[in-house]
Amino acid sequence: MESNVGMDRADNELSVDPIAEAGRKAKGKRPQFFELEESERLMGILMAVVGELAVARERIDTLERVLDSKGVLEQSEIEDFKPDRDQARQRGLLQQEYIARVLRVVQQEREALEEARKQGPAKTLEEVSQHLGNS
Amino acid sequence: MSDRQVPPAYNEVGQHGVFPQASHDERARFNFLANMNSHLGGQVLPGVATAYETRAKSRYTRERGQEPSTRQQVRSCMEADGYYQIWSSMRRNTMEMRQQAGRSLVLRQINDINARAKQLNSGDENLQLDDSVEVPHYLSAVDIHCMPGCYYTELGPEDVSVGANYDCGLFATTAGMLGRYSDGGGQALAVWLKEQQELGFSPKRILDIGCTVGHNIVPIAQAFPDTEIVAIDVGAPVLRYAHARAKSLDVSNITFRQANAESLDYEDGSFDLVITCMFLHETSARALPRILAETHRLLSDGGKVLHVEQPQYGDDMPVFEQFMRDWDTYNNNEPFWGAMHDMDLYEQMETAGFERDKMSSLGLAAVVDETVFPPAANDDTEDYGRKPAWHVYVAEK
Repeated sequence: MESNVGMDRADNELSVDPIAEAGRKAKGKRPQFFELEESERLMGILMAVVGELAVARERIDTLERVLDSKGVLEQSEIEDFKPDRDQARQRGLLQQEYIARVLRVVQQEREALEEARKQGPAKTLEEVSQHLGNS
Repeated sequence: MSDRQVPPAYNEVGQHGVFPQASHDERARFNFLANMNSHLGGQVLPGVATAYETRAKSRYTRERGQEPSTRQQVRSCMEADGYYQIWSSMRRNTMEMRQQAGRSLVLRQINDINARAKQLNSGDENLQLDDSVEVPHYLSAVDIHCMPGCYYTELGPEDVSVGANYDCGLFATTAGMLGRYSDGGGQALAVWLKEQQELGFSPKRILDIGCTVGHNIVPIAQAFPDTEIVAIDVGAPVLRYAHARAKSLDVSNITFRQANAESLDYEDGSFDLVITCMFLHETSARALPRILAETHRLLSDGGKVLHVEQPQYGDDMPVFEQFMRDWDTYNNNEPFWGAMHDMDLYEQMETAGFERDKMSSLGLAAVVDETVFPPAANDDTEDYGRKPAWHVYVAEK
């Protein structure tokens, strides 16, 4: 615990890094639920992202309700909003860019398959490194 | 859709004098966790029984030539089941997320919370700390319910952070079913004691063992302001927090004292009522009989002891149910949970000196403000001991 927590001697207050300390591991070995350790890790990250998306959505909902209560907009305006064709295209592009970002790993896996088909199996970086060291 | 149960929002949680001040997103984080836990219990968990009945049990039976007959055998076949794995993984993750959410909320304002606690505690004789009390091995072995620092770790002098973290997240774990101050258990005990009073049992002195942040004893103190109450725990930070919390709620008839329940210095017959609330399962096979012996010694003749727990795993409990109830033993850092529920607590109480014919049991469900909080008593989903409804072991001396 020591590394992220200390005492500020001047005002006798705790000096804590809440970002580092909040996620501290509880004492006790963590059980493994899936066959692969990698799945444990991915599930942990995914659940945290799921949680944070819920937090962001609640914040947007709050924002809409506050704007509604101040008469800036009515929530029904959001529900009834119909983009014109240009707006619809821009929004479609936003969706596509988002999906491309999220699924980058799959897209690159496909690129690698294409590369292998054209050029044969890709050399590992060890092989390339060895090659450059000798040529 | 319209009659779907929705947990109350986090802004309904009671703000006593040392409660951490949550921002919008911190409240939203707990709202997510409350709904997630509710979903896991109500929507995902029932499939675990189906997975067992439809495939895991038959696979085990095929391979071993007989049905699983112990909860360990059920465990061995369920741990390989994909549905059980995803449910378990999500449940474990929500536990860990709840801890991180509570700790980030508390730690960013820890100096303010500690200062508030100090102001409420300063010079008050109702808080009696004793730094010679050692942390028992059953608390130091692992951090109970994955709570980093358990109940006893202090980040600095006069720190209450683990108490504040424990308190602020009870809402999420129980999806609001413990009520405004997460004190539905204590409220239920207070109702029971009112009934007892009408039957002629009026304790003058009450002992609460393993009180943590005092949420289970404060409602009794509020209902019986003239009764003298002692609440003990081994953890100094939770006691500091408990005392400050109680005082800010205008409760002044509880002495919060740092002590180990295995050996107390009160005279024989000092109390008329001794309570443990979800405490015994967090001890050990060596400590539990000692604690029970102390409860017998400390009770006056005619006095009563109440242990609020979950039902023991008897032969009459199906092995699948035992297995499900045992999840926390291995997956939520409750290492004595299984061993304790295998014990015959009545036999243990008999060894401690109580007579069989003066023992009984009692069903108890959290008592909450039902206009806002969901009453556990009306919830008939089988969640294998998660919801705040308890089995109480009672003995009279």
